[in-house]
Amino acid sequence: MSGSEWRRVWTVVWKDTLTERRTKAAFNAMAFFAGMVLLIFAFALGPDTPGIGPMGQTLLQYVSPGLLWVAIMLTAVLALGRSFQIELENGALEGLRLYPGERRSIGIGKILSNVLTLAAMELLVVPIGAVLYNLDLWSKLPALAGVLFLATIGLAAVGTFYAALTVNLRAREVMLPLLLFPVMVPVILGAVKATNLILNGSLMQDELGTWVRLLIVFDVVFVTVCTLTFEYVLEE
Amino acid sequence: MANQPRVERLGRYAGILALPVLAAGLYLGLLWAPPDAMMGDVQRIMYVHFPSWIAVALAYTTGFVASILYLVKRQARLDYWAQAGIEVGLVFNISGLITGSLWGRPTWGVYWTWDPRLTSTAIMAITFAGYLVLRSFIEDPDTRSRVAALVATVGFLNVPIVYFSVKWWRTLHQPQSNPSTVDPAMVLPLRIMMVAFTLLAYYLMTRRYLLAEAEGSIERESLRMEAANG
Repeated sequence: MSGSEWRRVWTVVWKDTLTERRTKAAFNAMAFFAGMVLLIFAFALGPDTPGIGPMGQTLLQYVSPGLLWVAIMLTAVLALGRSFQIELENGALEGLRLYPGERRSIGIGKILSNVLTLAAMELLVVPIGAVLYNLDLWSKLPALAGVLFLATIGLAAVGTFYAALTVNLRAREVMLPLLLFPVMVPVILGAVKATNLILNGSLMQDELGTWVRLLIVFDVVFVTVCTLTFEYVLEE
Repeated sequence: MANQPRVERLGRYAGILALPVLAAGLYLGLLWAPPDAMMGDVQRIMYVHFPSWIAVALAYTTGFVASILYLVKRQARLDYWAQAGIEVGLVFNISGLITGSLWGRPTWGVYWTWDPRLTSTAIMAITFAGYLVLRSFIEDPDTRSRVAALVATVGFLNVPIVYFSVKWWRTLHQPQSNPSTVDPAMVLPLRIMMVAFTLLAYYLMTRRYLLAEAEGSIERESLRMEAANG
């Protein structure tokens, strides 16, 4: 990738970030949606139900890695769908297609801007989850941030790909999750397992390494595949 | 369109041939082969269960290869093959899941275990069911073929990743049998059933292909009429 291509990537990222900063449409919806999902888990499981295991946790604390990731996953689908819906207004998608240079720079730009959006959302979901479920995250923050980072790249890559494919459909609100969730399974598994090892102690380094490797493999495979095929994705 | 009679003919031969082979395999598997030492007669479901997965592999691989070739060559018939492969694959995928559950209940005590192969094949079924649903939502034939080909390609590439991730997650399935661990009297009917299911899958794919081709030509015709009438 040449310097001019990176400049094109940056332009797409800048455009999306600027649009989002001015409208705040996606972010507001996401924040409240994610908060609500986290609350609903507490309603469903009961705030004081005792958990399993020797550490005297509540059930919410015990299953919190899974809950956090389900909340992130559900909210991410909203955000990813938005990232191409904004292009539908005023024929902006046409403009994007006319953008000079290789199509893959648009793809990479969109993936990066989705990484930023998802990261902003996670910066809300994780603290809200920590407060609501009474989790002690401070000491585990660096490892957790690493897992969040790796999983976010994977989610953004596949999410951008499927959002771009389904944006023109009548039934996109149904189709995006239906196509996206099965493909997201490895990321969710890896992220939940790694988060669980980090949060619920007993740091078995080997096992954590396995899940981190899975996340890295997923990221590499899907960033590559989704970038290389983006030319076909954006075809008229 | 030129190869349509050939596809029809080869498919017909495969279908006709599948019938006696299927009958022979079922006879040998259900009556002739000895019952399993531990599982008894229940194990005979293997003669349907395992060949189903052979058909799944064959059909999905056809769909995957045709999808990639479609993206390169943009010929409508490749898209028909992709659709045929994935639809037939999904049928055998679901049949494999159901026979597997029925086998699992008496042997493992549960219909469903979160075993890697069960879980990943169930996710595979959802992936390709999504593919078929997606097709029905896109009206423009070229867009439909292109989007479907992309979804099939990525969905297929994801299968091994899902498999290994679920495998690390947990593992319980009995180790895969191979001819050296299976009684020769069981290997023969199994081999015959594998041939029968391969023929059957091929037959069904050619029928689905011909149907897709007929639908495609009607669709193109009506688009042309629409364009002509303004």
